[in-house]
Amino acid sequence: MEELKNQQAAPEAADSEAPLDKNVRLMSPTRMVVRRFFRSKLSILGLVMVISLFLFSFLGPVIYTQWGEIQLDESGKTEYSIAETTYTVNGVEYTLRQTTEKYLKDNFLAPPSAEHILGTDNEGYDIFVRLMYGGRISLTVSFIAVFLITILGVVLGGVAGYFGGAVDNVIMRLSDVLMCLPGVPILLIISTILDASDIDAKYRIYLLMVYLTFISWTGTARLVRGQILSLREQEYMVAAEAMGYSTFRKIFKHLVPNVMPQLIVQMSLSLGSMILYEATLSYLNLGVKAPYAAWGTMINIISTNQDILQNHLNVWVPAGICIVIAVLGFNFVGDGLRDALDPKARR
Amino acid sequence: MADEKVLENVTPVYDDEALAAEYLEKRQQKIEEDFKKPFDPDCILEVRHLRKCFPLKKTITGKVTKELVAVDDVSFKLKAGETLGIVGESGCGKTTTGRAVLKLHQPTAGQIIFNGQDITNFDSKQMRSSRKEMQIIFQDPYSSLPPRSTVGGILSEPVEVHNIVPKDQVKDYVLDLMDKCGLRDYYYERYPHEFSGGQRQRICIARALSVNPKLVICDEPVSALDVSIQAQIINLLKKLQREMNLAYVFISHDLSVVKFISDKIGVMYLGSMMEFGSKEDIFKNPLHPYTKALFSAVPNPDPTQKTERIKLEGDIPSPANPPKGCRFHTRCPYAKEVCKHITPEYREYEPGHFAACHLLNEE
Repeated sequence: MEELKNQQAAPEAADSEAPLDKNVRLMSPTRMVVRRFFRSKLSILGLVMVISLFLFSFLGPVIYTQWGEIQLDESGKTEYSIAETTYTVNGVEYTLRQTTEKYLKDNFLAPPSAEHILGTDNEGYDIFVRLMYGGRISLTVSFIAVFLITILGVVLGGVAGYFGGAVDNVIMRLSDVLMCLPGVPILLIISTILDASDIDAKYRIYLLMVYLTFISWTGTARLVRGQILSLREQEYMVAAEAMGYSTFRKIFKHLVPNVMPQLIVQMSLSLGSMILYEATLSYLNLGVKAPYAAWGTMINIISTNQDILQNHLNVWVPAGICIVIAVLGFNFVGDGLRDALDPKARR
Repeated sequence: MADEKVLENVTPVYDDEALAAEYLEKRQQKIEEDFKKPFDPDCILEVRHLRKCFPLKKTITGKVTKELVAVDDVSFKLKAGETLGIVGESGCGKTTTGRAVLKLHQPTAGQIIFNGQDITNFDSKQMRSSRKEMQIIFQDPYSSLPPRSTVGGILSEPVEVHNIVPKDQVKDYVLDLMDKCGLRDYYYERYPHEFSGGQRQRICIARALSVNPKLVICDEPVSALDVSIQAQIINLLKKLQREMNLAYVFISHDLSVVKFISDKIGVMYLGSMMEFGSKEDIFKNPLHPYTKALFSAVPNPDPTQKTERIKLEGDIPSPANPPKGCRFHTRCPYAKEVCKHITPEYREYEPGHFAACHLLNEE
C-alpha cells in the first residue's frame, strides 16, 4: 500500500513502460502483409501472371488493331482436295487422281505468320486477337461474379453470424438447400431458356454468372459467419456494444474488416475457379456463343473437328494456356495472401 | 422483518416444505415492495435484487430446462464520485454483475436505476443514449481493442458517434484526452499491437472516458498487469475520478487494490452479495464469516505480526448446482441447521452496512 502512495506523488513522471521512440514506427498491419506477400517468389510470379493477362486482354486490343474480334480475314485461300478412285478394268488396276482447286473467300486455318501472329481458326478469325477479347470476357465475368458472391456472402453471412438464433438458422438452411442443388443440370435448363428467348449472345454469359453467384455465395457466407461467430465474442465487440454503436456499425465497421484477410484469400482463390467455370460453360456451348470469343469457346472448336485437334495446335492450345495461366496466377496470389495474412507466420 | 417471523416458528425440523414456501413468498413480497420504493436522488446507481440466469439446457422449443444462476439477489447503491469495490473468488459473478448493470447482459430479474431512471427494461435503442453515461474497462487490454484501427480511430469513433464535440474539434479533443490519460500525442496514428499492456489499458481508459461518462465499470482493470504498472493505472484512475467526478464500480479479486481505491466494498460469493458496507466497516468490522475468512487470507507484509487464518474447507460449489439455503453453508465453519434450508436475508445491521447471514440475527 505504501508503494502505491509513493507512486501517486509522480505518477506520470515515472513512465516505466519505456514507450517506443517517437521516430521508431512499427508498420501498420496492412504494410506488414504487403511486405510478407512480396517476400514469397511464388506470389510475385502469380501477380506477374495475373497482371500480364490483364494488360494483354484490356490493353492489347487497343494497341494491336490489325484485326477485330469478329473481323474475318477475307483475303481468300485456295483449297486443294485430291480424290482418288481405284477401279479395275480387265485385270488391270487404274487409279484416277482428281485434283480440285477451290478458291474460298475466307483465309481460314492459316498457319502463324506476320499477318496473323497465331494464325486463324476454321472460320478465318485471328486467333491472337480473339485471345485478347476472350480474356476480356473471362476476366470481367469472373470479377463480376466474385464481387457479387462476396457482397451476398458478406451480408448474409454477417447477418447470420451476428444475430444468430432464428435468423442464422434460416440463412444457413437456405445455404444448405442451395448447396444441394446440382449446378450444371440447372445451368443447362437456364441456357435452353436463354436460347429460346432473344437475348444477345454477348450478354447471356452475364446472366449465367448471376445464376452462378446465386448458387455459390454459400461458401463465402459460411466463412464469414464462422469468423464473425468467433469475433463477436471478443471483448472489443463488448466494448463496441457498451459504446452504444448501432448494429450496422458493429457488423460492417468492426466485424467485417477483421474478416477481410480470410475474405481476400477466398476471393482470389474463387477468381480462379470462376474463370474455370466460365471456360467450362463456354466449352459446353452454354456461355459465350460464336461469333464472340471466349477462351472456352475457342477450345470448343476441336469438339467438332478432329483435324484441328491433331494438326492445328495453334488454334486451341493458346486459349488453354491462357486459362492455365489465369487460374494458376490467381491461386498463387491467393496462397501468397493467405500466408502473408496468417498472423502466426511472422517471419 | 419477514424472516424473523418465519424463524420464530421454526421447529427443529427445518426441511418443512410449507415453511420454505411461506418464506419464499414473504421474500418475494419484500422484493416487490422494494421495487416500488422511490429512487434515491443522491445515488447515481442503485441496484435492487439483481438476478441473472444463463440457460444451460434448452428443449427444441426453446424452453429452458436447466439454468445457471450467475448473479442472485445483489443490491447496492453508489453515489456520484464514489468507488464501489466488488471482491470475491473467480466465478462468483462479479463480472456478470458489472455487465448486467451496463445491460450488456439483460438481467433476469431486479431493478437497475441509473441517474434517476429505471433502465432495466430499456430496449437497445433507448439504451443507446444512456450508453455514453456509463462505460466499462475490461480486464484484458489485448482483446478489448480492435486490432485494425489506430489509437486515434479507436478514440475518435465514440466521440463522433455520440456527437460529443463538433466534427472539426474531434482531433483536438482526442489529443487532449490522450494527454490526460498519459498517452503521448504521436501514439495517435499507431496500432494497438505496438503497445505494452499498461499503455493499452490507458487506451482503454481513454476510450471509456471519451464520451464523458458518469459511471465506469472497471472489470479487473489491473489483474493482467504487473505490479508497478498496476500502481500507475490505479493512480491514473484515481486522478481521473477527482477531475471528472466519476463513479467507479471496481471489480477485483485483489483485496489490497480494492482497499486502496474503494469507498465502499461489496463481498460476493457464488453469485450473491454476502456483505456490503463502507471500506472501514468491511475491513475493521467484518460481519460475515466469509468476509472474515477472505480477509484472513490476505498476506501480511509484516513478518513479526501473526495472523490467524480462517481456513475454509472444500471447494467453491458449482454455480450450476448451488447449495440450498445459505450458499456459503457448505464451507462455513459456523454453519447451523437453519443455514442449510433457508437463504438468509440481506439486511442492514449497522447504518450502511449490509450482510446476509443467519448468525447475525441471533445476537
